[in-house]
Amino acid sequence: MVSPGEPLLEARGVVKRFGHVRALQGADFTAHPGEVVALIGDNGAGKSTLVNVLSGVLAPDGGEVLLAGAPVRFSGPQDARRQGVETVYQDLSLAPDLDAAANLYLGRELLRSGLLGRLGVLDRAAMRREAVGAFAELGVVLKDLTAPVASLSGGQRQSVAVARAVAFANRVIFMDEPTAALGVVQRARVLETVRRVADRGICVVLISHNMPEVLSVSDRIEVLRLGRRVASLTAADTTIEELVGAMTGSLDQPADAPASAWSPEEPR
Amino acid sequence: MTAGTGPLADVTSDSVPQWLRRAAGVNELWTFVILVALVVFFSIAAPDKFFTVFDLTQIAVNAAIYLVLGVGMTYVVITAGIDLSIGSVLVLAAVAAAEYNIHHGGATAGWATVAVCVLIALAVGTGWGALQGAIVATGKVPPLIVTLGGLGAALGLAELATGGQDPAGAAAADLQNSLGYGKVLGIPWLVVLAAVVTVAFGLVLGTTRFGTHTLAIGSNPAAVRRAGIGVGGHLVKVYALMGLLAGLGAVMWLASYGTTSIAGHSTDNLKVITAVVLGGTSLFGGRGSVLGTVIGVFIPAVLNTGLIVIGVQQYWQDVAVGVVLVAAVYVDQLRRRARERS
Repeated sequence: MVSPGEPLLEARGVVKRFGHVRALQGADFTAHPGEVVALIGDNGAGKSTLVNVLSGVLAPDGGEVLLAGAPVRFSGPQDARRQGVETVYQDLSLAPDLDAAANLYLGRELLRSGLLGRLGVLDRAAMRREAVGAFAELGVVLKDLTAPVASLSGGQRQSVAVARAVAFANRVIFMDEPTAALGVVQRARVLETVRRVADRGICVVLISHNMPEVLSVSDRIEVLRLGRRVASLTAADTTIEELVGAMTGSLDQPADAPASAWSPEEPR
Repeated sequence: MTAGTGPLADVTSDSVPQWLRRAAGVNELWTFVILVALVVFFSIAAPDKFFTVFDLTQIAVNAAIYLVLGVGMTYVVITAGIDLSIGSVLVLAAVAAAEYNIHHGGATAGWATVAVCVLIALAVGTGWGALQGAIVATGKVPPLIVTLGGLGAALGLAELATGGQDPAGAAAADLQNSLGYGKVLGIPWLVVLAAVVTVAFGLVLGTTRFGTHTLAIGSNPAAVRRAGIGVGGHLVKVYALMGLLAGLGAVMWLASYGTTSIAGHSTDNLKVITAVVLGGTSLFGGRGSVLGTVIGVFIPAVLNTGLIVIGVQQYWQDVAVGVVLVAAVYVDQLRRRARERS
């Protein structure tokens, strides 16, 4: 599928405008299989816009997105998901009144075989069985699979959302601030999970504000500023000061964005 | 959000058996307890009257149409919607069927006419419901307003078609003698029909993909949209289903009473919404069951009959149901808040 060293997901000179605001002005992004890439940037740097473009929520106004070396144009998040690109949204995107298994299979329900299946009857037993497996893979044991997700703790809810992405993604998972709402212990578990997912050859893209966390869990860090990639750093030999410097522009990091993507005017 | 209350792998204390805790959390159980308590109370208060004079069959016949409407309303309310128009839609469907019947044989019309009348009533109801659903699905007008407008418009059309008078010869004798007064194994056909509809749509809600999507839309429409499910299309189907059942209610009404009762359905919506909410379906969407609605339909019915039997003015029933309704929503709201705090 992808030869080693070749990027799994790539953005080249992506442009996205909202009216007069140019959220992305020739942004680049690179992520390799089995890699944890952190995407950081100050507020308004274009992180969410870039992730929305890469996960199929928004269509770019210019530039191109390549998945496994081939240009793609997602028609929507469903299309991206069909191609193995999943997203864990910051709000988790769960239906709080449904149980964990139903949430795991929301929109991808398993049906019974034969006539019952044709009538749309769910195969709950199979969904629960698979759900137990999917959670176990992340080291999560849910006591009661029939309990509504709303009755779970914040960490458990988080793990349901992560398990859903992991169960179906075979290429890329975007995680938007996955640990923002979590306590210390749960945070460690989620980061552990991120590592384990990446070890299976899936690329995990982490959007985070937490610098120490970014440095400890990711392999590489891509820094956005004013709608462009200004730095692509290896986590192992980067300090928090360097990250902050790249984000704010106070340090003169060599940007590897093509010069053509640079435009003189600043947004807003 | 809780911080540090435990790792992702959760261990809940297990001193109380799980089935018991789950049973206690089921809304239907509490409503059912209330229903049983009412029946027991009236049985003791009027030992040889409650089960003989006003037997359960009579209660069931009276409740049959509300039950059919309640099943549809359960779906609508679960999507966090509401349908105020059902009484008017029932009247419009009944008038459409009646007009056809009048011009094709009147009271002595044959089975072919009866069949066409049934189809007309179902089609008018479904079409009206789908239209309202399509407007709700745009997300521009809240369901309360869409169906309030629908309530006025459907009734107005029915009055335009009839000049505001219930037409004579609205229902064929064949329809009345079969569905209206007929019995099978001692059970009225109306009750059998209502029971079949209830069981069928109860199963659809509880066991199928359609039911799960209905619950999910009421729970978190944004998540459902991101999961690639067509929320708008699903809402159209749910409101069309409500309309279909209002059309079926029209057929049952014509069969039972033989007239369109244009002025007699203005409070159907309140009665049915009350039953649905009493049955534990959340007005805020995402949670509810057809079984709960069945219980919710029978509580006012039993109260009504019971109060007559023990010689209390039956108008107290309206007072009691009103109080219980407000209390039910209050409790639902409290639980929701407690859940969000956890």
